[in-house]
Amino acid sequence: MKPAGAAPRHPARAAVRTLTAQGWPARIAAILVAAAILGPLAAVIRHAGGLSGLGSGDIDALWFTLWQAAVSAVLSCLLAVPVARALARRRFPGRGLLISLMGAPFILPTVVAAMGLVAVFGRRGMVNAGLEALGLPGVTVYGAQGVILAHVFLNLPLAVRMVLHGWQAVPSERLRLAAALGFGRAEVARHIERPMLRAVLPGAFLAIFLVCLTSFAIALTLGGGPRATTVELAIYQAFRFDADAGRAAALALVQIGVSVIALLASLALTAPPAFGAGLDRADAPPVRGARVKDALVLGAATLFLLLPLATILLRGLPALFDLPPSILRAAGTSVAIALGSTVLTLALALPLALAAPRARWAEVAGTLPMTASSLVLGTGLFLILRPFVNPVTLALPVTLLANALMSLPFALRLLMPEARALRADYDRLAASLGLRGLARLRLLDLPRLARPLGFSAGLAAAFSMGDLGVITLFSDGQRQTLPLALYQLMGAYRMDLAAAAACLLMALTFALFWAFDRIGQNADPR
Amino acid sequence: MLTLDNLHLQLGDFRLEADLAITTGARVALMGPSGAGKTTLLSAIAGFLAPQSGRILWNGADITGMPPGDRPLSILFQDQNLFPHLTVAQNIGLGLDPKLRLSAQDRDRIEATLARVGLTGLGARKPAQLSGGQQSRVALARALLRARPMLLLDEPFAALGPALKGEMLALCAEMAREQGTTVLMVSHDPQDARALCPETVLVAEGRALAPQPTGVLLDDPPPVLAEYLGQTRRDQV
Repeated sequence: MKPAGAAPRHPARAAVRTLTAQGWPARIAAILVAAAILGPLAAVIRHAGGLSGLGSGDIDALWFTLWQAAVSAVLSCLLAVPVARALARRRFPGRGLLISLMGAPFILPTVVAAMGLVAVFGRRGMVNAGLEALGLPGVTVYGAQGVILAHVFLNLPLAVRMVLHGWQAVPSERLRLAAALGFGRAEVARHIERPMLRAVLPGAFLAIFLVCLTSFAIALTLGGGPRATTVELAIYQAFRFDADAGRAAALALVQIGVSVIALLASLALTAPPAFGAGLDRADAPPVRGARVKDALVLGAATLFLLLPLATILLRGLPALFDLPPSILRAAGTSVAIALGSTVLTLALALPLALAAPRARWAEVAGTLPMTASSLVLGTGLFLILRPFVNPVTLALPVTLLANALMSLPFALRLLMPEARALRADYDRLAASLGLRGLARLRLLDLPRLARPLGFSAGLAAAFSMGDLGVITLFSDGQRQTLPLALYQLMGAYRMDLAAAAACLLMALTFALFWAFDRIGQNADPR
Repeated sequence: MLTLDNLHLQLGDFRLEADLAITTGARVALMGPSGAGKTTLLSAIAGFLAPQSGRILWNGADITGMPPGDRPLSILFQDQNLFPHLTVAQNIGLGLDPKLRLSAQDRDRIEATLARVGLTGLGARKPAQLSGGQQSRVALARALLRARPMLLLDEPFAALGPALKGEMLALCAEMAREQGTTVLMVSHDPQDARALCPETVLVAEGRALAPQPTGVLLDDPPPVLAEYLGQTRRDQV
């Protein structure tokens, strides 16, 4: 078949074009996304006036950004290997639940993670209480080590799932052969695990490195100061504290450069998706002994991941009913923004995903938001809006837009494989029956894509619900989202109320994700 | 009458020319070596492949640029003839209205057609709950309801056993006779061609030749067809 979009030299090309007739919605979506991303980027570049406005502190921020992202990614990957190995070769009650829980930090609001780590490792947390009882010097959760700790907390589960995915991809025949040959642990490590890790870990490292490069909420809550400021945080500080839009724009330019280079690197090395379901296989790798070691590894990992959240729950639940109306209002605002941004994400992602198998530009448009971090986008939008309105009055709509754009690449990644299969399998049949336009959407595309659509909607809602990014630039304190309110409670050291707000935020985030994912599963006619 | 007027098809390096006419109500087999372009020719007639040049006419009207669903034909593919997420009745209903807004009368017609192909009462099932032969019958039932003047068969029954395949082809022929449908059918089996198609278009060496009487062609095949048929005969032993 001729490539799509060939010039209609002959009337017969129309016949081929009916197969790509989903062009218009996708074109509109692509133009909207391009305008919403490239507009702010252009505004940033114009205002930055080069990089001359940057001081030595800003260079430190760039260095810290790269350094902490690399360390966080390496630590997450290293720690993930024994955890994934234990999960791969052991069968025990609660194993499935533990693997499911490993998916949770992916949608956990980062500010809740920070809150949980403060509750455990903070000055009045249980770790310091224990150290004090033993007569040992205390530790602090603030600074570079806190930022890295939080990044490992948030990304270790992702790395575990990716490595576990690697174990799952080892052909059963090879495991059976290993068992038949009486492989011990050393032989399994050498002939099965190491080749698998060589294939999986680079992707895991890069995925985590990328996430940590744009870290803002963690740096905001746990970092700061000359030694623990990321570029994103520096943008925020230039904006809020120095009211220096030019310097903020110059910093945003640096962040764009970092994002683009990282994006190009990730395109060269496509990481396997690891947030899917169904991480299980019938036969486990052969193993003798090491039972105690595996138990210790799994116990430590579970404790590390659950303790901060459990502490928040214990502390926050009793205070839940003391939450002031302003927090509840912020929660309502957050839910409304999350729902709006979910709708927008899907409205953009679905036409782009359907067009992507035949039109490369659709995929490019959907990936475009990865060039702009949340704060870069916020800076650009602020600069664009400022001449016309007081940007503060648009804090909530801008947050909604930014959240939708940030979720778009994820949704597109989830939808594209299914959309490709759908087109390959059913395009001809649909065309031969004259099934097109809205009827095709209703009878073919939506039912066949219900599952990934539900999952994408869940992710988009959860990301938006937990987002603490653009809103920090635009808010005047009156227009609040729940993560912002939580951050302010933490800043005011009102820890019981903060824990209660964190409980509420966690509950709403997981509830939204669960509900959308469920709707998708129920709507799947298969 | 279906006219392929100086039709040139190109798919990568592959080329096929066709300049022929098929009379209304004819049943024509497309025969020729594997890779000769039988499926490609059907794809072009059905509207999935735009020709490099030339025209496709139905009763004198140019349908070369018409969208597949608007053409005066139904096509059954090798596979993927049914939407697995829709019920049998819905799959058939798509033949009446692609938007699936079906009246009570439409539903009666669907039920009657189901009975006609021997699937009474199975309308509420999903395709996966049917056997391969039953699935073929559903696709055929939809073609029957659409009642377009042409029926293109791209070996839709190849995955069925020989007896079932023969049964399905006979059902097709019976439908075609009833509705006066023109049938174009890709065939690998000379017996099928002899039994069902009085005429055969030989597709070989980059050309689709004008229809010839099937018996004459098979009794005295040109070298390219003889070689192909010889292979099939050896295969069947």
